[in-house]
Formats: sequence, structure tokens, C-alpha cells
Amino acid sequence: MSLVHILRRLIALVAILFLVSALVFAITQILPGNAAVMILGQNATEAELKALEGALDLDQSAWVQYGRWIGGVLAGDAGVSMISNQPVMETVLTALGRSLVLAVIAVLVMATVAIVLGVTAAVRRGRFADLVISALTYPGVCVPEFVVGTLLVVLLARPELGWFPAGGYSPPSAGLADFARSIALPVLTLTIILTSRISRQVRSEMIDVLKSDYVRTATLKGLPRRAVLYRHALPNAMLPTLTILALDIGYLIGGIVVVEEVFAYPGLGRLLIFSMQSRDLPMIQAGVLVMAVVYVLANFAADLLHGFFDPRIRADA
Amino acid sequence: MREILRKLARNPVGLAGAVILSVLALVILFGPLLAPYDPTGFHVTRRLEGPSLDFLLGTDQFGRDLLSRILTGARPAILFGIGATGLAVLAGGSVGVLSGYAGGLVDEAIMRALDVVLAVPALLFTLLILTLLGSGIVNAMLAVAISFAPGFARLTRASTLSIRERDFVAAAIARGEQHAYILCREILPNLLPPVVVEASIRIAQALMIGATLSYLGLGAQAPASDWGLLVAEARDYLFRNGWLLAFPALAIGISALGFNLLGDGLRDLLNPELDA
Repeated sequence: MSLVHILRRLIALVAILFLVSALVFAITQILPGNAAVMILGQNATEAELKALEGALDLDQSAWVQYGRWIGGVLAGDAGVSMISNQPVMETVLTALGRSLVLAVIAVLVMATVAIVLGVTAAVRRGRFADLVISALTYPGVCVPEFVVGTLLVVLLARPELGWFPAGGYSPPSAGLADFARSIALPVLTLTIILTSRISRQVRSEMIDVLKSDYVRTATLKGLPRRAVLYRHALPNAMLPTLTILALDIGYLIGGIVVVEEVFAYPGLGRLLIFSMQSRDLPMIQAGVLVMAVVYVLANFAADLLHGFFDPRIRADA
Repeated sequence: MREILRKLARNPVGLAGAVILSVLALVILFGPLLAPYDPTGFHVTRRLEGPSLDFLLGTDQFGRDLLSRILTGARPAILFGIGATGLAVLAGGSVGVLSGYAGGLVDEAIMRALDVVLAVPALLFTLLILTLLGSGIVNAMLAVAISFAPGFARLTRASTLSIRERDFVAAAIARGEQHAYILCREILPNLLPPVVVEASIRIAQALMIGATLSYLGLGAQAPASDWGLLVAEARDYLFRNGWLLAFPALAIGISALGFNLLGDGLRDLLNPELDA
């Protein structure tokens, strides 16, 4: 992948993000008639409405409103929360940090487990191990995160067991052991859901690769089974898997929103749900935008990695 | 159609899905009649009980019969999935087909617009639309439909692009058929297999999202017997009566499983070569 190609992708990415910001802003502030009425309810007095409209720039044209907002966001100032009066950007970024901890650990654990399960199932295709893995992963595709999370609470967070807290967050500064215990169940929930999805994909990719000519060549040339699998088959199954992983980042973000709510984990997802329930407009706008930025950047990174691992893309770019 | 059903019967995955869905269909049709009790009736002396002969699946914190609540909850849950997906197929499908058939600048513009929508993670987009529309089960269904539509638009566009290149379309154009004829008689029938497969898997997702939204307090509101709501209500009594969580979870899981299995079975069966 050449530098020009990367630059071109970067420019497209910035353009998309600007359009996304406009979309988010339009949905939250421009479209619903009057945001002030929505926030204060139908019984608000004229004076209250006027004051809020002034504060939100609702008396200005849509373009002016958007311009002021996005200008502020770019300068690191997305206004103040209408509920807590805290600066929005700071609150959102702190919460984002906590969510990223969950996401990164879950993805690392999941990738390891899913690859092992997927490869095992593919190699033992149609035999006992494959059936067991399929049977174990199928339910994971059919049960939503909030159910898995709640089930884990019942099983592992019973007060009499004292293993894990049923929710909440303990910062690393207050002791690493407590921190680890507070993120264990959210991470486990995400891992279970994602592993089911990804390991099924790894399995089907691996089955395709195992049927390919070069794997047959490697086998026929007398290489040990292990070398065929790990040197020839697995790297080629990794590329499509990487793409699937990237696609599932969007799914992971949705999962995090739900899991944080289940475990009362104070990340960006829970912040967003709370802001949506309390109609905290500046917080919703910044939160959604930040999540979209993370999502788009993660996809971009996956693309780069893909180009890095795939010699064909590197050569012809 | 009969051909497809016969093949489906020989495909174990699809058959399992079809069997589960047939049972579900019965529950949807007769669920409220099968319910042994009024789903909102309180049995104050029999609260938070486990399964027994009186209450097959136990009772909740007000002594409501869990079985009755799950049976009445089936209809809204499944219809939510089917409704949201159906709307998404209609909206996304028409955009995708027109985009793929028109080609050129129109196609380019529509696809770039979809890129923007798809740059927002799906559940987030759903939540955003729900903030705009306000909570409630119908709004939740609309929100899910809107967030599913771009996916269907992409799928149908890709399929339309490849169908458009086939000889029978060229023949229809050569015969001087009108656009409407070519779209309805040549392209739409060939779009069905990939769309049906995708839709059946999407229904499973939609019904899980519907339950999730209710769980988050943004979908169905109490005292509805919504499955997601049942789990949400069970939260405070988890350690006293775990069945309150287990049975609704099972109901959601089995329904989603049915649609997923059917989708997988149909995929093997129809082997849609145009699958994008």
C-alpha cells in the first residue's frame, strides 16, 4: 500500500467524519422541530424556552448552529452538559478511556480463543470436536449481550461467592486486583459474544484454505501436518478474518453500550444511554461523534494491517 | 415453492429452523389463548416462586405467572423482528435496486450517502434515531428498520449490478421492454434468494435488538410482557429467583435460533450465487 494510497484513504476518512458529524447534528438538533421543547417538555414557560434556545443557538440558522458546534469540537470544546454542567469533551474522553480498556482486552482475548476454536473446528471438520465447538458457539449468536451478561451475574457474582462484584467500576489507582475484578465480567460477556461470531468465520475461512491447491502441495511435498497448518494454511485464513474483525468493531461498540449498562460500568456507552434518557443534547452529540471517530479509525487501521499482511495488495498499490 | 419446502425438509439445519419456527407460529397465533393465567394477574401469596405444577415456569415479584407472560410476549417480540426487517427490506431494497439499475452518478451518490450512515455503528444509529422519535415499541421498530435499511440497500444493489449483466436482461432490453417490466419481471425474482437468506438472519438480530432496547428502557414499557422487559425486571430478584431470567432468555434464544437456522439452511439450499 503506497503512501499516496494511504493519504487518499485519510482524506476520504476525514470527509466521511465531517458528514457523519453533520448527520449526528442534524438528527439531534435540527430535525426534531425544536430541541428546546423536546428537552424541557411541553409545559415549559416561554422564558425558559427562550433562555434555552439562546444557550443552544436554536434561534440561529442550522448552518450557524452546526458551524459553531463543529468549530468548538475541533478546538476541543463541545460545550457543557445540560445535566451535570461539566465540560462535555472531558467527560466523554474519560468515559471513552474506560470503554477502550474493556474493548481492547475483550478483542485480545477473543482473537486468541476464536482462532484456536475456529482452526480446531476446521481441522476436525465433521468430527466430535467440530460438533462440540459448533454447538457451543451457535447459542452465542442467538443470545443478546444483556442476557449473557445477566446470566454471568447470576452464575459468578452471587454475593455469597464473593468472586466478582455484580457491577460498578474500581479504578486501577484504587488497587489492581479490584480493578481486574470489576472489569472481569464485562470483558467476559463481550468475549463470549464475539468469540461465537468470529470463531464461526475463522472455521469457514480455514475450511476454504484447507481445500486450496497450495495446502495440498505442501501436504504432498511431505511437510509435517503441523507445518502445513501453521505455516501455510493459518496465515492465509488470517486475512479474511482480519476483515471480519474490522466489520465486527461496529458490533463490538454496540455490545459495549449494552454491557456497560448491564454492569453499571461508567464508560462511554452508559454515558450515552444516560444522556439519551435525560436528553442531554451536547453529551449525545459528542458521545456519538467520538464513537463514530473510533469506529472509522479502527476500520482504517484494519485496512492498513490488511495491506501490510497481504503481499498482493502491497505489490500492486 | 413446494420444491424448496421438500429440499428444506432434507436439510437438517433448515429443518430444525423450520420446526422451531412452526412452533413459534403456533405460539404467536394462539399464545394468549394458551396462557394458563392472565399475564397481568397478581397472585400476591405466591410471589417469586420457582417452577411448580400450579405455575409451570414460576412467578415474578408480583406473583404474575411467568409462562403466561412469556406466551403473550411472543407475538410482539416476533412481529417486531419481522416488521423491522420487512420495512428495512422495502426501504433499503428499493433504494438498492434503483441505485444498481440506474448506475452512474445516481448510484455513486447513493452509495456514498450510505457510507456515511454506515460509518455510525448500527446500535448507536438505532439509539440516535430513538432519541429523535422518542421511546416506545413502534418507534423502536422504525429505528431498527432504518438502521437495517442501508445493509439491504448494499446487498440488493450488488445483486442487481450482477443480474443486470446477465443475458436474459440484455435480451429483455433488446426486445424493447420497459424499465418497469425489466425491474419487476427480470430482476426482482432473481433478487429474492439472497434477500430471503439475509432477511431471515436479520429477523433474528432484530428481535434480539428489540429485546435489548426494551431492556434499556427505550422500547416496550411496563407492564407489557416484552421479553427484554422481563429480563430487566428480573434483575432485582436475580439471586432469589433465577428462573425469572432463565426462561425469558431461553425464549429469546430459541426464537433467534429458529430464524438463524432457517437462514443458514436456506443459504445452503438456494446457494444464492449472487450473494454479496
